[in-house]
Amino acid sequence: MPTVSVIEAVRAALDEAMESDDRVFLLGEDVEAGGVFRATEGLRGKYGERVIDSPLAESSIIGLSIGAAHYGLRPVAEIQFADFIHAGFDQMCSEASRWSYRTRGDSYLPMVVRTPWGGGVHGGQHHSQSIEAYYAHMPGIKVVAPSFPADYRSLLHASIADPNPVLFLEHKRTYRMIRQELDGAPAETALGRARVTRDGDDLTIFAYGLMLHESLAAAETLSGEGVECRVVDLLTLNPLDRETILESAKATGKVLIVHEDVLTGGLGGEIAAIIAEHAFEYLDAPIRRVAGPDIPAMPYHHAMEEFFMPNREKIAAAARELAAY
Amino acid sequence: MATTRTRPKRSEKTLDDYLLSEQQLEDMYYHMLLARKLNERMLALNRQGRAPFVIAGAGQEAAQVGAAMALKKGTDYLAPYYRDLGMNLVFGMTAREAMLNLLAKRDDTNSYGRQMPSHWANSERKIVTQSSVVTTQFLHAAGIALAAKLRKDPIVVLACCGEGSTSRGDFHEALNFAAIHKLPVIFFVENNGYAISERTEKSMPVDHVADRKRGYNMQGAVVDGMDGIAVYQTVRPAVDQARNGGGPYLIEAKCYRLWPHSSDDDDSRYRPKKELEEWSQKDPLKLFRQRVESDGIFPREDLDEIEARVEEEIKEAAQWALMQPDPAPEDALGFVYKEL
Repeated sequence: MPTVSVIEAVRAALDEAMESDDRVFLLGEDVEAGGVFRATEGLRGKYGERVIDSPLAESSIIGLSIGAAHYGLRPVAEIQFADFIHAGFDQMCSEASRWSYRTRGDSYLPMVVRTPWGGGVHGGQHHSQSIEAYYAHMPGIKVVAPSFPADYRSLLHASIADPNPVLFLEHKRTYRMIRQELDGAPAETALGRARVTRDGDDLTIFAYGLMLHESLAAAETLSGEGVECRVVDLLTLNPLDRETILESAKATGKVLIVHEDVLTGGLGGEIAAIIAEHAFEYLDAPIRRVAGPDIPAMPYHHAMEEFFMPNREKIAAAARELAAY
Repeated sequence: MATTRTRPKRSEKTLDDYLLSEQQLEDMYYHMLLARKLNERMLALNRQGRAPFVIAGAGQEAAQVGAAMALKKGTDYLAPYYRDLGMNLVFGMTAREAMLNLLAKRDDTNSYGRQMPSHWANSERKIVTQSSVVTTQFLHAAGIALAAKLRKDPIVVLACCGEGSTSRGDFHEALNFAAIHKLPVIFFVENNGYAISERTEKSMPVDHVADRKRGYNMQGAVVDGMDGIAVYQTVRPAVDQARNGGGPYLIEAKCYRLWPHSSDDDDSRYRPKKELEEWSQKDPLKLFRQRVESDGIFPREDLDEIEARVEEEIKEAAQWALMQPDPAPEDALGFVYKEL
């Protein structure tokens, strides 16, 4: 069976969605030429004016998508790098997130904003950021961050079908690195569900994006040492799948949360709080976090970048300590 | 009731000098007056402690009503800003609905008490929900127009703001995109002379907001915003042209904010009294009455009858709205996400 990469899965989902629903259209910088990561390659030729280059203006990309979604279309916007989305923060958080709330659902926005995020690509300060915590903080926006190609495909379909604004995060380091066998129709799925990707009794690792793959590698290492880790792929960061989080924490009694985002104010804090509030009696050890250091952005030099990024060794070391607690 | 006179029937025939019929002229006066008198009543309710906040459009009624009348109700979209009560009235909002909104009552369909007053929305009437963050709605307007263009729907969007808001990036980004794609949007700026306390020279280095058209290779016009008929005559051709693929239009209506910024503002700190007195002579309602009276369109008693009707309507609306239920505290929850 042929394997597909993350970027191919994204492209396939866009193509399938545009094919089946003529309300779906794409808007973003360089999307007509296929985009800098080639997510939209070939789609301009196939769908013509439904693939639209935007000026270099992120507030425009999101604000225009709001208008088009309000009108009844299904915009799928692309922000070229997640680092640049902040110019559109106001449109996302003062407008899109509240559209349904402030009209009690009279108006709503079926729109998706896709953007490549994450580090490990020598992208320096403005091509490496983790932005998920800013937006996951905002009720009214759904935030999705898959890890495997099949999930990219099915969750992008689910995001486009969702009547709410969805921030769809694509880890750029995994675009061509992670491949998976994929055929047939995309799996029916819904936003807001996490998945136990690897089972184990000794501790649970929660992760998403590139860190999910690093966590799986760390779990493999630890398995060789007799420690069995459960690994949970969070998939949707807002709303979090509290049920799966609590069930896993209770089942293993020890919890490690991994993200690339900086430690302070990162999603790990929220996950830890959910567990501390609702599963305290089940815990056998303090909750651990492996995250980026509290510095404003990822440095460019490869040694400093490596220092910043959590990886399988750092995760394995923390998991080992936790298992021994 | 102030009068028992039967309302005269108005002709629908367009008058050459006006490009409006007698019926439309009556509607124009009625809506301008309704907007002003509603705002007056709202301020009174605020001073009585019954309404926490009022933001009004006194001095801008002609601009608002003249522009909104140039659109097709039920077809065209309105992306207004918080002073645009007059536009909402033209689009079908009733005095009762305006009062429900002021009082943040449970059944206020603009936001059900979730937003401050004057943050309009009505999906059926195609009035787009907006926030307090100014000119964000300009991009929404352009996005609606982009969608309509993709669907080949012959609609026009009217996006409105004050001149102070034109400093924001979203204003410029929207003009830029709409001009590139020749979108059917009328960007309508009600230049009322003030952004709270800041006079226009503090917000822009050009004499007219409409001068910005050059940077976007867009058509534009300046119109006397105190003259509702002139506003209609300027906006209507721009709307027709946009509907036929002629692209966007930037229109600046020169008007004047006759009142403080809001019920919480004291404009005596920054506004010269003499300036206010001078502009009060150009009150759009006064100008309209003078013109239609001297042109012999309506006799004075007809105009008086409209005033009496408006007063009665507002009195009833306020009394009714005050009796309507408030939202329950827990109505704060829900509809964070749309469920289909």
